[in-house]
Amino acid sequence: MNTAPPDTAAVATTGRDHPMDRPLAGRGASLHRFANPGRFLRLTGRIQPWLVGAALLVLAIGLPWALVFSPPDWQQGETVRILYIHVPMAWLAMGGYAGLAIGSAIALVWRHPLADLACRELSPVGAVVTALCLATGSLWGKPMWGTWWVWDARLTSVLVLFFLWLGHAALVRAFDDPERGARMGAILALVGAVNLPVVKFSVDWWNTLHQPASLTRLNAPALHVDILYPLLVCTLGFSLAFAAVVLARTRAAVMERRIRALQMAAARRADAPSDDRRAEGPEGLNRLARDMP
Amino acid sequence: MSRKRRRLYLLLLCGLGLGSATALSLSAFQDNLVFFRSPSDIMQEAPAPDRAFRLGGLVETGSVQRETTPDGRPEARFRVTDGASTIPVTYTGVLPDLFREGQGVVTLGKLGPDGVFRATEVLARHDENYMPPEVADALKRSGHWNPDQGAPPPASSWNTLTPTPAVGAAPPGGRSGS
Repeated sequence: MNTAPPDTAAVATTGRDHPMDRPLAGRGASLHRFANPGRFLRLTGRIQPWLVGAALLVLAIGLPWALVFSPPDWQQGETVRILYIHVPMAWLAMGGYAGLAIGSAIALVWRHPLADLACRELSPVGAVVTALCLATGSLWGKPMWGTWWVWDARLTSVLVLFFLWLGHAALVRAFDDPERGARMGAILALVGAVNLPVVKFSVDWWNTLHQPASLTRLNAPALHVDILYPLLVCTLGFSLAFAAVVLARTRAAVMERRIRALQMAAARRADAPSDDRRAEGPEGLNRLARDMP
Repeated sequence: MSRKRRRLYLLLLCGLGLGSATALSLSAFQDNLVFFRSPSDIMQEAPAPDRAFRLGGLVETGSVQRETTPDGRPEARFRVTDGASTIPVTYTGVLPDLFREGQGVVTLGKLGPDGVFRATEVLARHDENYMPPEVADALKRSGHWNPDQGAPPPASSWNTLTPTPAVGAAPPGGRSGS
């Protein structure tokens, strides 16, 4: 984060050397328009409550519909209701990872400071949904297939996906220099993206215990509409909740980083007598907290 | 700008290399990545007699015989087929709930010298179709589907089916059956 890309003209315009504190201007700034942390916090601050509300509303409709009012399956009976948690978690695990890979590419190529932060905050949430996908799948496998776990291509590749999420979350936090950690994490995320098509097509390329996809083309889903519609509503609700959690984490990370940058600046200003700084520190922080949007 | 362009091209190049390396190694290990082998595979290339492997396919219609061993354990004899070839299987133990004729199964065991597969584990493998019991009953009644014969007809023929007005008039998935 501290080494500014030399082709951003902004270094000269402000005295600060931290990209997150720097208003970006000039040509080539289109992608960086949202890198302005103030604008990001203002914009997402308006979106956040709506996102949370929409997630709660959709889940409040979808979950009772799916878990209580939808019909059982003809052969799996009531056990089929695990589908309404398992499938959204599986889609979010993969869709979230695709988002992680895109964010990592943006961070590596365009050195977009918010992309680093978003990726860092995305991976623990991705690990949680992947763990839920594996756990619900296991609970589903025991009564239906007769086993908690098998090493078939689908289950194994999803386990690899889980380890990639965990590895990314750990790696970006493993360096004293956060920028170095973000760079390493982005490389890991992009290398791990080869696993995504393997997860998706494992059930088609190799024979597996896991059945093939039910939703391949939208015109002929292999799910009856009484099962399909609650599944789609649940998926929308969980996706909104996922986005809301990641956004809240990213906002918190931006605020945290601003506090740290201001603390550093204050420390630099008053670097002569250390007693002074300690005396002023908390007061300055309180003022900062008040000023934050 | 050119540095960004260069980083982008470098990234795409690395992605291409990594993607082809993965594709090549996955296709090289093709045989080890399959979870089970079909009866036709076994007929073509019989594995060593004392080697355990997984045999998968459909339980052949009319082949299931359930017995009890002298010591009171359940025993099942059935044949696993993939349409082209069929292999007889014996298994002592509790079968999974979804086990039935026409259902997919994956069995772990060894092929005996008599050509009978002695399974130590039987897993049920269901297909990707999900439908309420009333819809399945309607398909069976109308003769469009016999679950003992295998998979249901194409999904587009039943995924919007409302079997009887009473059930169809209920609000989204009116609690029916069980």
